[in-house]
Amino acid sequence: MLAAALIVFREVLEAGLIIGVVLAATEGVAGRGRWIAGGVGAGVLGAGLVALFAQQLSQAFQGSGQAVFNAAILIAAVLMLSWHILWMSRHAREMVRDFNALGGKIRSGDTTLFAMATVVAVAVLREGSEVVLFLFGIAASGGTDPMAMLGGGVLGVAGGAVISLAIYRGLLAIPTGRLFAVTNGLVALLAAGMAGQAAVYLVQADLIPSLGDQVWDTSWILRDDGLIGRALHALVGYSDRPMGVQLATWLVVLAVLISLGHHIGSARRERRAPARA
Amino acid sequence: MLPDMKRPTLIAAAIIAMAAPAMADAPAAVILTLKNHRFTPAAFTVPAGQRVRVTLINQDPATEEFDSHDLRLEEVVTPMGRISFNIGPLPAGQYSFMGEFHAGTAQGMVTAVTGGH
Repeated sequence: MLAAALIVFREVLEAGLIIGVVLAATEGVAGRGRWIAGGVGAGVLGAGLVALFAQQLSQAFQGSGQAVFNAAILIAAVLMLSWHILWMSRHAREMVRDFNALGGKIRSGDTTLFAMATVVAVAVLREGSEVVLFLFGIAASGGTDPMAMLGGGVLGVAGGAVISLAIYRGLLAIPTGRLFAVTNGLVALLAAGMAGQAAVYLVQADLIPSLGDQVWDTSWILRDDGLIGRALHALVGYSDRPMGVQLATWLVVLAVLISLGHHIGSARRERRAPARA
Repeated sequence: MLPDMKRPTLIAAAIIAMAAPAMADAPAAVILTLKNHRFTPAAFTVPAGQRVRVTLINQDPATEEFDSHDLRLEEVVTPMGRISFNIGPLPAGQYSFMGEFHAGTAQGMVTAVTGGH
């Protein structure tokens, strides 16, 4: 049971971290709870579907179906995270003001909530489908006590939820004026990491060149398949042996998102300044 | 830990290095079977510097995840299912892999050798 719990926890850790960041990034936006819960629900449903069609999926795209599918949903998540950053940089000022004036409620954030719910759904779907297959496979093989396995699965998922909550609570300790600047930075890192990972999948599917299989090797400091390495991989895209194209994608996406956020934010400030004077 | 950002020369070198041998000859192929949560063959050799097509046939009624940190792969194979994926081109050396869901028994090793085939 503990072995099953650990395997499931390893799989849900990434989704747990992402949900924690998304919760903090959308703090105070009205209707947030429903959207995020909806995202989790859609992700679980999607995970079931992916698990059901896993064999067909694998054989799509000349047998590179898993890689292509993972790349596609990661790119979708990157676009959604980018949308959130754009939305935030346009609304940051109002958000902080509303946050203080309305006792932590911010109105009319439906577009970004949709985007963030999609990100949550993708995160849950990616890891969830493996959990479903793992638990289903064990149940089907009938070797070990299925109830113990189920218990292990529940324990593992609960562990992921605890991680979400810990990240969320931790981020809320940041003062309101700085919170959204921090979460915007985290969201940009999240997006850059996902984009880099998408590039790795596309290399595996033989669709793009790797531009160097291993730009450096830091596995002697921190392996990216341990728990801490995995967590950093999910949050900032850490890789102990990045491919050239992975690193390039990471840098480009991060640079674009940060400069986009700054640019729009400062453009608005300049436009407003004379009106106030 | 963030990836080191002061590596433009390395990246440029990598880009140049990879541009040349991108299109090698037809890929070699390896067939792996998984039964009783063990890989057969558990150890195999591939030519270094070449892309190799691996087909994994799962004869267990359990899901497995072909997982290799060394090869940077995580591929799920359904009960009694089969998957194919590419590995490499690998520099000469040893690369371990495992079935993540039954890591106690499902262990294997790829050796990439230069000039073998």
